[in-house]
Amino acid sequence: MLRIRVGLAACGLALAVVLASVGIARAQNELKSPTMDAIKKRGELICGIDTGIPGYAFQDSKGEWQGLDVAYCRAIADALLGSPSKVKYIGLTSKVRFSVLASGEIDVLIRDSELTFVRNTQLDLDEPTFNFYTAQTFMVRKSLNVAHAKDLNGATICLLTGTTLETNIADYNRANNIKINTLLFDKPEEAFAAADAGRCDGYTDDGGSVAAARSTMKKPDDWMFIPETIGGLQPLGPFTRLGDQGWSRLVKWVQNAMIEGELLGITKANVDQIKQSTKDPEARRYLGLEGDFGKLLGVDNDWSYRIAKDIGNYGEVYDAYFGEKGLGLPRGMNNVYSKGGLFVTASWH
Amino acid sequence: MVRRPSPRARAAQWLLLAAVVAVAWLLGSIAAETSGRRHATLGFGYLADPTNFDIPFRLIPWAVGDTYARALLVCVLNTLLAAAISIVVATLLGLLVGIMRLSTNWLVRNIALGYIELVRNTPQLVQIIFWYVAVLQTLPGPRQSILLPAGVLLNVRGLYLPSIVADNRAAMLWPPALALLLVMPFVWRVPWRGFPIGAKSLLLIPVAIMLFLAGIDHTDLPALRGFNIAGGVQVVPELVALCAGLSIYSAAFIAEIVRAAILSVQKGQREAALSLGLRPRQVLSKIILPQALRVMVPPITSQYLNIIKSSSLGAAVAYPELYEIFAGTAMMQSNREIESIILLMGVFLSINLIVSAFMNWYNRRVALVVR
Amino acid sequence: MSDAVAGQRLPTRGDLMTPRAVDWVRRNLFSSIFNSILTIVVMALAALIVPPLFRWAVTHATISGTTRAACTGDGACWTFIRMRFPRFFYGNYPTDQYWRADVAFALLVALCAPVLRDGTRHRWMWVLLLLVVFPALAAVLLWGGVFGLSYVDTSLWGGLMLDIIASFVTVAGSLPLGILLAFGRRSQLPVVRMLSVGYIELWRGVPLLTVLFMSAVVLPLFLPAGVSADRLLRAMAALVLFNAAYMAEVVRGGLQGVPSGQEEAADSLGLRWWHVQAFVVLPQALRIVVPGIINTVVDLFKDITLVTIIGLFDLLGTVEQALKDPAWLGFATEGYVFSAMVFFVCCSALSAYGRSMERRLAKGQ
Repeated sequence: MLRIRVGLAACGLALAVVLASVGIARAQNELKSPTMDAIKKRGELICGIDTGIPGYAFQDSKGEWQGLDVAYCRAIADALLGSPSKVKYIGLTSKVRFSVLASGEIDVLIRDSELTFVRNTQLDLDEPTFNFYTAQTFMVRKSLNVAHAKDLNGATICLLTGTTLETNIADYNRANNIKINTLLFDKPEEAFAAADAGRCDGYTDDGGSVAAARSTMKKPDDWMFIPETIGGLQPLGPFTRLGDQGWSRLVKWVQNAMIEGELLGITKANVDQIKQSTKDPEARRYLGLEGDFGKLLGVDNDWSYRIAKDIGNYGEVYDAYFGEKGLGLPRGMNNVYSKGGLFVTASWH
Repeated sequence: MVRRPSPRARAAQWLLLAAVVAVAWLLGSIAAETSGRRHATLGFGYLADPTNFDIPFRLIPWAVGDTYARALLVCVLNTLLAAAISIVVATLLGLLVGIMRLSTNWLVRNIALGYIELVRNTPQLVQIIFWYVAVLQTLPGPRQSILLPAGVLLNVRGLYLPSIVADNRAAMLWPPALALLLVMPFVWRVPWRGFPIGAKSLLLIPVAIMLFLAGIDHTDLPALRGFNIAGGVQVVPELVALCAGLSIYSAAFIAEIVRAAILSVQKGQREAALSLGLRPRQVLSKIILPQALRVMVPPITSQYLNIIKSSSLGAAVAYPELYEIFAGTAMMQSNREIESIILLMGVFLSINLIVSAFMNWYNRRVALVVR
Repeated sequence: MSDAVAGQRLPTRGDLMTPRAVDWVRRNLFSSIFNSILTIVVMALAALIVPPLFRWAVTHATISGTTRAACTGDGACWTFIRMRFPRFFYGNYPTDQYWRADVAFALLVALCAPVLRDGTRHRWMWVLLLLVVFPALAAVLLWGGVFGLSYVDTSLWGGLMLDIIASFVTVAGSLPLGILLAFGRRSQLPVVRMLSVGYIELWRGVPLLTVLFMSAVVLPLFLPAGVSADRLLRAMAALVLFNAAYMAEVVRGGLQGVPSGQEEAADSLGLRWWHVQAFVVLPQALRIVVPGIINTVVDLFKDITLVTIIGLFDLLGTVEQALKDPAWLGFATEGYVFSAMVFFVCCSALSAYGRSMERRLAKGQ
C-alpha cells in the first residue's frame, strides 16, 4: 500500500516536473520538445520494445536486451544522453503497444511494428522513419511442396493476434477466392511451438519475425519461406506521439546516422582512425568535426560519432542480429541503396 | 444488529455516494478527453460496422465482413462452449476424485491426494500451456493420424469425429425426440397405480434415440484431403487443452468440496443404512450423496463461476474466446480499447450473474426437498 | 481423514516380511475383490508412466556443462535451468545488487514468522511492523536511489522476486480494503451496503485477466495527459482492487462467525460502534478467517503468473523469455516443469500452513 502511495507521490512529482520543464522551455523559447526535456531530466530513455523475439528484441542469458530494435533504442540514448546504456526497456505485447505509447508511459515505440495510414491518422502517432523493410511472409514445411501463397488454400496458418497480418490474410482470401485458415495466438512462444508440432501448416509474420520463428524450430532446415509475400511491402519503424516534432526529428536522424555510417564505410572498428585522419568533408561532417549538426537537433555535435563508436552502423547491427551472426536472413531490401537495398538517408548538409 | 445507525451516519453515506459519483465522473471526463485527442468518441455504434478478420473456430456461421456485434456473439458462444464442457467434466472428475479420497484402498486414496495437491498448487496458466504444448502437440501430424474405432481420427490438429448429415425427415422427427427427453423427468414423478412411474420412464430414451436415428441420412467420415482432414466434426486441440486445463484444475477443488460434504453427512446415517442391509455402493448413491449435495451446492457454484472466468485463459492457447478475439483482433481493428473492455467485463458479469441466480434457485430446491 | 492417513506408516524394506506389514497391505490394498482390482490397475498404470518419466527427469537428464552442446542425451536438459537460475529468481535485477533482494526477503520471512506463529505476544505490533514499516524498508532496499543505494527501476524487477513482491503488496493492500468492504456489506446504511455489494460483485464477476488487461491498456487512458504511472504499480493496483473483493467475502464469513452475543455484550457496556467492531468483533473474526486468507493468498500467488500476458516478467515470464534465447532453443518442457515445481513448493508450503492453522482452530473450538 505504502509503495503505491510512494508511486502516486512520484507520479505527482513527475507531473510537476513535466509542467515545470514545459514552462522553462517556453520561457527560453528554444527547441520545444517536451519529450526530449523529460528524457534529459529523467536521465534515461524509456523505450517500448517487443516482449521477446529473436532478431528484433530478446534477452540473452545474462538478461541483457539484444536485437535490431534494441540497438536503435541504445543509439537514441547514446545521441541524447551520451550513453547507450541509459535506456529503460518496456516489453509490450502487440495488443497493448499503442495505448501504452499514447498514454505517455514510453517515449518511443520500436517494436517491429508496421507503419500504417490508420496508425498515423486515427491513433495520432508519428512515424518518423523506417528501420526494417519486410513483407508478410509465410513459412511452411518443405515437405508440403508449396510454391505460391495461393497453394495454401485450405491450409491452417499460425499467427499472432492484434496485428495487421489477419487483415492481410482476410484481404488475400477475398481477392483470390480461397480460404487460408488462421489460428491466433497471444504470445509468440506458443505460436512457434504450435507450428513446430504441426498444429498448423505454416507460420506467418513479417519476414524478420518469420526468420526468428524458423530459428526456434527443432529442425530449421525442414522449413522454407514462400517467395511470394502478401499485403505489399511492410515497412517497420519507430512510433512517437504526434505533436513533438523535435523528438520525432531526433528519432529519425538517429536512424539516418546509422545508414549514413554504412554509406561512408564507418564501422565500430575504424571510426576512431577515420576521425583522426579523414579529409573527406562528408565524413568530417558526420563525425562532428565540421558544422553544428548536433546542436540543431538538440544534442551535442559528437552524437553521430558516439553512435558509430558504441552501436555501429546499420549494416553491422543487421549482421549481428539478422545476418550471418544472427538469424541468417539475407539483407535484400534492407541493404543501403548503393548495394541494391531500399535504405537511403537525407543528405548530411 | 442491536443499534440503529445515527442520523449523522445516515447523512454521511450520501456524502460517500457523492464522492463515488464524482470520482466516476472525473474518470469518465478524462477518458472522453483522451479519446477526443485520438480522433474518437466513446460509443458502441461501431458494433454495427463490418469487420475484416476471420474467427478460426465458431459454432454459428461467420464470414469476413460480418459486424462486430456478430463477432461478439460468436465469441460469447465459444466461451460458453468451453465453460460448459469444463463444468460437466470438472463435476464428474471432482466427484470421482472426491470419492477416491475416501476410499479404503491406500493407493487410490493417496493418488487422489497427490492429484489434488499437485493441481491445486500450480498455476492454472502453466497447466493449460502444459496440456497444449507438452501433451497435445506430441500427437502425430495429419498424414500419420491415429485411427480410432468408428472412423474417428486423432492427430495434432484435433480429434475428428464422423458427423451426421440429416435428411428431410429430421426436421419432423428430431424435435419430438428432444421433447421426449425433456419430459422424461416429469414423467418420472407421474403417479401410476399409487406409485410414481419412476425408472420405467427411462424407456422413453430408446424411443427418442430411434426417432433420432430415423432422421439421419448418412454419416460423413473424416479423411485426409489436401492439407487437412476434411469431413466430420473437428474437435480442435485448443478447445481440448483449455477444457482439460480448466476441468482438471477445478476438479481438484470440487473433489475437496465433495469430500468435506460426504464427511459432513453424519456417520449415523451411514451405519443406519448399512444395518438396513443396503450395499456400500447403494449407501453412497442413495443415502450419502443426496444429502451431501445440499452442502455442496454453494461452494461448487463458486467453482463453476471460476471456470467461466478462467476460460479467458484460452487466449494463451489460441482458443478464440471473448478475451482473445474481442480484446485482441476486434479491439486492434476498431481501435476501441475502452468500449471493448466494457463489453468484455459486461458479458462476463452477466454470465456470472445468470449462473449464480440459477444455482441459487437450484440450491433452494435441493434444500426444500431434503428436510 | 488426512490425519488418519498421515498417522499411518509406510512399510519399509525391513518390515515387509513381518506379519504387520502383510496385514497392512491386506487391509489397505486388497481388502476386497474390487479393491484388489483397483490396486492392480493403479500399479500397472504407475509402471507404465513412472519409469519413462524418471528416465527423462533424472537418469537420462543433463545438468552439467555451460552450453547447449552439453545436452546430448534424450533426457531433460537441466543445464538450461541451471544457467538461467539467478534470472528466474531475480529477473533483470543487477547481479551485484542481489543482496538487496535477499535482505528484503529475509526481513519478510523474519517478520512473517512471529505474525503467523502461534502464541506470539503483541501480535498486533508485529502485524503493524509487517504491513507498515516493512513495505517502506523494502521499497527503499529494492528501489534504492537513497542512502547510497543505486536506483533499480521496476522494469528490471522480475522472476520469482516479482511474484513475491506483487503478492505481498496485494495482500497488504487488499486486506484493509477487504475489511472495510466486509463491514460495508453488513452495514445498516443502505447506500454503503449497496456500494459495497456492487463493488464486491463487480470484481468477483470478471476474470482477473481482463482486470490486468485493463490496467495495462485502459487505465492509462483514464490518467490526465502527461501523467503516467509505473506499469508494475498499475498492475499491482489492479490486483489490490480485484483481490479486495475476495478478501471482503472471506472476512465477511469471519464476521458472521462471531457470536452476536459478543457484540451485544460490548454494546451494553456502552462502547461506541466503531470500538465494538474494531476491538471486539474484528479480532475474533480475523482469527477465524486466517485459513481462508491463506487460501486466498495461495490463489493470488498462482494468479500472478497472468501478468506475463500483459508483458511483465514474473517467474513464468522470465522462463518464457529464456525459451526464446537463440542459444538455448527447444527446452520448453524443462522450463514449464521447472516453473510449475517452484510454484508447487511455494504454494504447498503455504497451504500446509493454512491447513495446520485450520486444524488448530478446529481443536480450539
